[in-house]
Amino acid sequence: MAKVSVTVNGEKYDVPDVEPRMLLSDFLRDRLGLTGTHVGCEHGVCGACTVLVNGDSARSCLMLAVQTNGAEIVTVEGLGSPEELNELQAQFREHHGLQCGFCTPGMVMTGEDLLRKYPLATDEDIREGLSGNLCRCTGYQNIVAAIRSAAARRTEKAS
Amino acid sequence: MKPAQFDYVSPSTVDAAVEALVASNGEGKVLAGGQSLLPLLNFRMARPTVLVDLNGIEGLSYIEDRGDRIAIGALTRHRELEHSSLIASKLPVMSAAMRRVAHLAIRNRGTIGGSLSHADPAAELPMLATFYGAGISVQGQSGRRTIAPGEFFVDALTNCLEPEEIVVEVEFPILKQDGWAFEEVARRFGDFALASIAVSVRRGTTGLEAARVAVMGVADTPLRLREAEEELVAMELDDGTPDRFSEIVVSLVSPNDDLHASADYRKHLLAQLAKRALRTALAMKG
Repeated sequence: MAKVSVTVNGEKYDVPDVEPRMLLSDFLRDRLGLTGTHVGCEHGVCGACTVLVNGDSARSCLMLAVQTNGAEIVTVEGLGSPEELNELQAQFREHHGLQCGFCTPGMVMTGEDLLRKYPLATDEDIREGLSGNLCRCTGYQNIVAAIRSAAARRTEKAS
Repeated sequence: MKPAQFDYVSPSTVDAAVEALVASNGEGKVLAGGQSLLPLLNFRMARPTVLVDLNGIEGLSYIEDRGDRIAIGALTRHRELEHSSLIASKLPVMSAAMRRVAHLAIRNRGTIGGSLSHADPAAELPMLATFYGAGISVQGQSGRRTIAPGEFFVDALTNCLEPEEIVVEVEFPILKQDGWAFEEVARRFGDFALASIAVSVRRGTTGLEAARVAVMGVADTPLRLREAEEELVAMELDDGTPDRFSEIVVSLVSPNDDLHASADYRKHLLAQLAKRALRTALAMKG
């Protein structure tokens, strides 16, 4: 058993008795009670469990909790609140970028990382960037629209 | 869908990691980026007794200019290769291929040492190592040795390493080239390739002085097609050259039918990609 010291959404946690085999996704949900991170396929295909680890998106089902000692993690709970959504979340609401909502946390966390790393000048860029996240409702159209809108607002702000 | 129990060690040196693997009596596994190993653990297709995590080892992540070669540390993430200006200027074929390596979240974690060790026959990095003729340096109980890709990749998902050996560095020779191209078809952007080809050419006084050709997705390992290289250099360059080159490339591979594509379809793809790649490479002003 190991102790995991990790910062999640700005809050420091020291969690004892963590089995080495515990996945980060299960750690976030079961040990920290942060159930916003969804668990879909558990083998790195669906992208629903995507979180930010030290600023970079990562599938939390493909990391062990013990690997995150000293890391800073942001989950969907860390972006905004129901009262005050962050910029990208607001665009998802504006464009109705979700149907059942299961894939949404992963889509939003991936979108955050995409917006930081790529110009996202075309819809094709956005679709390529989202190709690792599956939406079983197949509601991609509005997810792309939400990210397109967030990218455009970012460009406006920068100019 | 949860891993079976294992002991976890996080050594701070490669020597200590090798020792941990020796102590595991062949039951240990090396954890680098974990983007292929974790699915295998979650499915319990791999059940190591010890997991040796390399991520705590300093100095294994770098991209270094060594004159006629570029050295890449084994723990360098795909994302770093994708965004490196040094890679873009010195190894442009690699730079073009990197954005097709899986998806963003996987590129953020996955490492070159891990991808080579996993040895997927349709993954970009093993193909790039084959294309460039990279030197793969590994460390084991009796020190370091450097392995050529042709020897390193034994079969699908099989490398030639001893259980206690760890990839520590990969050196890529910088090709003297006037034109190059990387072409790939996958079912979904970022998925494993159904067929792919990389081509590099160097012009001579007449025709080509040198050529480099590698393919993937059409055999159990990535392949360098030396015969196609020689024939390309011997060819006269005219409008029909890409077609003739494409026929030679396809004649040198015999892919299998599988769930993702029939052998004939893979050959058809490769033929089209070979034509397109050579046209692009020849049109480049070196």
